[in-house]
Amino acid sequence: MKIIVCVKQVPDTETRIRINPEGNGIVDQDVNWVVSPYDEFAIEEALRIKEAKGGEVVLVSLGPDRAQTALRNGLAMGADSAVHLKDAAFDAADTMGVAKALAAAIKGIGGADLVLTGQQGVGGDHSQVPGLLAGLLDLPQVTMAIKIELGEGKATVTREIEGASEVWETALPAVISAQKGLNEPRYASLKGIMAAKKKAIDVKDAAALGLAAADLAPLTTVASLELPPARPAVRMIDGDPETQARELLRLLHEEAKVI
Amino acid sequence: MKSIVTFAEQRDGKLRRPSLEAVSEARRVADAMGGAQVEAVVIGAGSGALAAELGHYGADVVHVFDAAELAHYATEVWARALGQVIGEVKPAAVLIPFTAMGKDLAPRVAAATGAGLVSDCSALAVKDGKLEARRAVYSGKAFATVRWSGEPQMATLRANVFSLATPDTSRAAKTVARTVDAASRAKVTAVNAAAGGKLELTEAQTIVSGGRGMKGPEHFHLVEDLAAAFGAAVGASRAIVDAGWVDHHIQVGQTGKTVSPNLYIACGISGAIQHLAGMSSSRIIVAINKDGDAPIFKVANYGILGDAFEVMPKLTEAAKAYFAAKG
Ligand SMILES: Cc1cc2nc3c(=O)[nH]c(=O)nc-3n(C[C@H](O)[C@H](O)[C@H](O)COP(=O)(O)OP(=O)(O)OC[C@H]3O[C@@H](n4cnc5c(N)ncnc54)[C@H](O)[C@@H]3O)c2cc1C
Repeated sequence: MKIIVCVKQVPDTETRIRINPEGNGIVDQDVNWVVSPYDEFAIEEALRIKEAKGGEVVLVSLGPDRAQTALRNGLAMGADSAVHLKDAAFDAADTMGVAKALAAAIKGIGGADLVLTGQQGVGGDHSQVPGLLAGLLDLPQVTMAIKIELGEGKATVTREIEGASEVWETALPAVISAQKGLNEPRYASLKGIMAAKKKAIDVKDAAALGLAAADLAPLTTVASLELPPARPAVRMIDGDPETQARELLRLLHEEAKVI
Repeated sequence: MKSIVTFAEQRDGKLRRPSLEAVSEARRVADAMGGAQVEAVVIGAGSGALAAELGHYGADVVHVFDAAELAHYATEVWARALGQVIGEVKPAAVLIPFTAMGKDLAPRVAAATGAGLVSDCSALAVKDGKLEARRAVYSGKAFATVRWSGEPQMATLRANVFSLATPDTSRAAKTVARTVDAASRAKVTAVNAAAGGKLELTEAQTIVSGGRGMKGPEHFHLVEDLAAAFGAAVGASRAIVDAGWVDHHIQVGQTGKTVSPNLYIACGISGAIQHLAGMSSSRIIVAINKDGDAPIFKVANYGILGDAFEVMPKLTEAAKAYFAAKG
């Protein structure tokens, strides 16, 4: 069983966001970069499948030099090898460009029995790459998986939807994206961290992936980035609990007009 | 003639509210583009019956894929159907609700049609005949304005943010019956409703959420009682989901649901950035917390500094009386 896991390095959610002078992105410095939490679920699931059925886990990440830290984290958890897609040409790529590069990399390493991703990359929060990848690779997809059971050439996947869960059966290979609830990711052991240092990271640029500038031309661009509008200052409601309750209802009705 | 295609999600023979919001928004965008046509797409066994309602909300044409073998959502089939319409109509824009289905479907359609896709938009504007989207990034710590370089301009829309048009029952849409190959490598084999048939968080107009301040699962009924009094859905912070008091599907926040109700009442929730990520776009936020320095008060419109165990039962009582009097 060969499993490819797509990994994105993202700002830690606690990081204070500063907007760059161009006003269209964030300042990269002083940001604490981590593996996107949903991708950790994907890595963990791949490792559990490997432990149960044997096989190999390959990580793929697109990003600047620092993305190697994310790959090392995944290798330390137990993945076997990693591919780092790095090229200045990727800087302006949008979700489609990223998906094209990942798809090319996946094809380049001979495909997989299963491609796992997080259901969204924290920060951008697009939830696009799994579906784009599946579409570009012409593979079936199941997104937002909270349970995966592998059978012969197929997988049974439980997926979360509004007010219900769906059970899907998909042929393999397939792209499956991980939702919270799928598993509890392990921490890398000291031994794992040491072993990860010796594992290979294969670096590929756009040319090695057979991608030309036109393939990466963005279809969507961030024109500007702003801090959210400030919310009005809180209005504290005084009095004993009974008074507070009645006053709140009055305000919700008369002032906020939400009840 | 310019057109806007919109995907109308239906489940169990009913149009979901986010679909009606998307059609309403498509109508507004079409009008702002100087009278473009709104072409809705509805897919599923029995979906033909929904065409009239889509007309009431602003669709000019409804493309209906109604066949017995379309009983369950299947990504590949739905993408093929929507792709078929997009290929023929060549719309300026495609609007899809950002629901579990829309989230799954839109990228697949984008990959097939080469459309640029902007996810989870919370506002759309038309500038010089082109769309411009606004969306939250970095857990709501920033907002991006995004533009497309070509057409179709495909966008998924956050639920509960775009207002519903007032349905006009005298408006009739033209229906176009269509067929699609129903072969799919991934299939739904069962749908299990979540326990209790509870109100869906992402579509609720009012949400009452509880956090670690509720002290233990045995007190969580205070949250449920208050929610019942308001006719609200119940939410939770991750702290109490991780502690096993409540199920993950009601978690609000970065690794849970993103919600935008009219009214969000946070009880015993500190307001960590990851929680705010999921609810800070709520219209009115109420916080009940015994710590005046809790960050939740920074985003709240109304705050009650006090013990949730004293305030919540009083609020439940008062709300019951208020809604009973209102009728
Ligand atoms: C990667 C990542 C993702 C995360 N995703 C999420 C997410 O999706 N959603 C989420 O919610 N969190 C998420 N978190 C966790 C988040 O950081 C916080 O730990 C969590 O939100 C805290 O939950 P809480 O407010 O219930 O608990 P606490 O922070 O412990 O706050 C409890 C609050 O209750 C108040 N309180 C106590 N007793 C009373 C009383 N008697 N009456 C009134 N008030 C009282 C306290 O003053 C305090 O403010 C995430 C964290 C990480 C690292």
